[in-house]
Amino acid sequence: MIEIDAVSKIYGAMTAVETVSFNVEAGTVAAIVGTSGSGKTTLLRMINRLVEPSSGAIRIDGEDTRTVKPFELRRRIGYVIQGYGLFPHKTVAENIATVPQLVGWERARIDQRINELLDVFQLNPAEYRDRLPSELSGGQQQRVGVARALAAEPHILLMDEPFGALDPIIRNKARDDLSAIQKKFGTTVILVTHDMDEAIQLGDMIAVMDGGRLLQYDTPQNILLHPAHPFVADLIGQNERPFRLLSLAPVSTAVESGDAEGAPVAETATLRDAFAEMLWSRRSALPVVSARNERIGRVTMDAISRRAAKMQ
Amino acid sequence: MNSGATQTSEDLRDGGRALWYDKVGLLVAPIAVAAMFLPFMSFAANRIVEAESRSILASLPQTYAVMLLAALGVAALLLLVRTSTKLRAVSAGAAIALLLVAAGLAADHLSADANTYARVRPASGFWLLLFAFSLGLTDAITRLRLRPTTRIALATAALGALLLLVSSGLWSNISFLKEYENQAQLFWREARQHITLSVGSMLAACIVGIPLGITCQNQRGTRSAILNTLTFVQTVPSLALFGLLIAPLSWLASNVPVVSALGIRGIGTAPALVALFAYSLLPITGNTLAGLEGVSTSAREAARGMGMTRHQRLLRIELPLALPAILAGIRIVLVQNIGLTTIAALIGGGGFGVFVFQGLGQASIDLVLLGVIPTIILAFASAVLMDAFIDMSRKERREHR
Ligand SMILES: Nc1ncnc2c1ncn2[C@@H]1O[C@H](COP(=O)(O)OP(=O)(O)O)[C@@H](O)[C@H]1O
Ligand SMILES: [Mg+2]
Repeated sequence: MIEIDAVSKIYGAMTAVETVSFNVEAGTVAAIVGTSGSGKTTLLRMINRLVEPSSGAIRIDGEDTRTVKPFELRRRIGYVIQGYGLFPHKTVAENIATVPQLVGWERARIDQRINELLDVFQLNPAEYRDRLPSELSGGQQQRVGVARALAAEPHILLMDEPFGALDPIIRNKARDDLSAIQKKFGTTVILVTHDMDEAIQLGDMIAVMDGGRLLQYDTPQNILLHPAHPFVADLIGQNERPFRLLSLAPVSTAVESGDAEGAPVAETATLRDAFAEMLWSRRSALPVVSARNERIGRVTMDAISRRAAKMQ
Repeated sequence: MNSGATQTSEDLRDGGRALWYDKVGLLVAPIAVAAMFLPFMSFAANRIVEAESRSILASLPQTYAVMLLAALGVAALLLLVRTSTKLRAVSAGAAIALLLVAAGLAADHLSADANTYARVRPASGFWLLLFAFSLGLTDAITRLRLRPTTRIALATAALGALLLLVSSGLWSNISFLKEYENQAQLFWREARQHITLSVGSMLAACIVGIPLGITCQNQRGTRSAILNTLTFVQTVPSLALFGLLIAPLSWLASNVPVVSALGIRGIGTAPALVALFAYSLLPITGNTLAGLEGVSTSAREAARGMGMTRHQRLLRIELPLALPAILAGIRIVLVQNIGLTTIAALIGGGGFGVFVFQGLGQASIDLVLLGVIPTIILAFASAVLMDAFIDMSRKERREHR
């Protein structure tokens, strides 16, 4: 668990982060969201002591980070910098090997880990190991950046706007991949973004920041249903709220018995997808199938409307 | 000459019209053609009488002369019209080789019925032809984008060919080669001294300048103080700096026994080295700083964020990425020092300048050339070598070929 305890950062007359407190449970994803200049990066960088807090404390599994040497702390925490920061003169393999080398892994173990990570990130090791960053697409650079951060098997991964520079199609895939990898390795992730959609899609918890202060720290559901501050409501967008709520839950949560006409929808699809399909095909109910393509019931427009409303 | 289908994008510059001529060729070819009619060799029966100039036709047996003129004309034409770059390089290279051989033959021909005091040396036409074709050759080689290793091999081969030419005796009737043969031992001693001074001062400047550049980057407060001091040194005229060092070094030598025991005197190697070192510091320090400043913030931050210590960041990330800029600084210093070292001869520092100043004193152009020509060759060779190293050090972009 990561405990952020009344942390502030003051630059001269400027308070970049003001007494922020929240906890991130092990193995979950916390998304820090806010507009540019709200102190997200500063808060993130205080966790691995790239920035020293002016006051307050940060504890990882109960241990105060100030008791660990900064460079040792950083080797235990994966960090994906804004713009990835791949070393331009080093190959993909050398980039990924950075932290394992710093902590003294053996050559063979490092090699094995590089291949494993490249496989996980769908980059054929034989083809990509010896490429230079300049020989990769933006999406590939991003994946190498995350692979490098995960190389020494850290329990914690800090990510600063990791998808910001990707085009929308690749960005969606990269988010899905990150979710899958986070579950696979059980990593605790703290992710900075200025995109509420991204925070809702990826975050188990969302921290909304504005002007250095934490306005709300809650589940995506509660952020959407009960914004604690007008700014949070603004950030969600009034018109988007019902759809964002629907995108939080899979179809399986609204299945009822019965049958319906036409093409079925998968139970893993979001309610938002099901709703869109209903509007598009002018149906008021869709048949639902399981992963093994067996019919398990139906989902109705009525059920979906209830899920998209404020009171449940 | 160039069918539409094979026109490259380069051919289509200038508003889509393919140019039939080459832009560098347009400059070089007329110079070469004009130079063919200038005096090729100058001949003096002895050191006292005034030299007479001889055209190509008058310097060589007629058939040779006509063949040489024809060959040079063709080579100039090949530089003028648009042809393949490789062909341009080969024809310019061949023209240079031909010129060098022809100068030797001309010297033999002109000396044939003269006494041993006759002085024959290449004249303005030869030098201009050499200049024009060298320009064409370097331009073609640059455009060929050869691999660094190929460039080093070519330069080495050219130097080898030149040494072969000198030792073959083909040039033995050319007057400054006669001077060389008279003082071969001294020549190589001064050559060693010239290299020791220019390379030694460069190495010393690296040892001091690179850390100084790193300091400038880390401590912004000291930056302007360091850079301003070094810039000030750079503005002192070289002769003055060499001279200024004589007094303090003499004082040290006569008052501090250790200093004089080390062989340090007010004149000679020590002040020359110190002055060259002082001139070298700004390029090395400045380029180190520029190279470090050029490292992207995100790479720097990523290195810090992954737990590299200050030391590791410097050695593994920042210096390797700054290396091309640092090497560019070393290149500047090396070429600059090879030239400046010539002046060191005035304060007893030795080097090729010895021949230059001796020659100036005795009004002997041959002695001056004996000092100047190897200086130019040395500067040129180190520029080629350093450029190749700089290209090799750019690791973040790989050549695809
Ligand atoms: N090193 C610094 N010195 C002074 N001000 C800073 C520094 N770092 C950040 N700030 C200021 O703190 C505020 C928050 O910055 P940052 O954490 O980068 O915001 P975000 O990541 O949310 O865009 C900004 O106003 C920024 O100008
Ligand atoms: Mg930021």
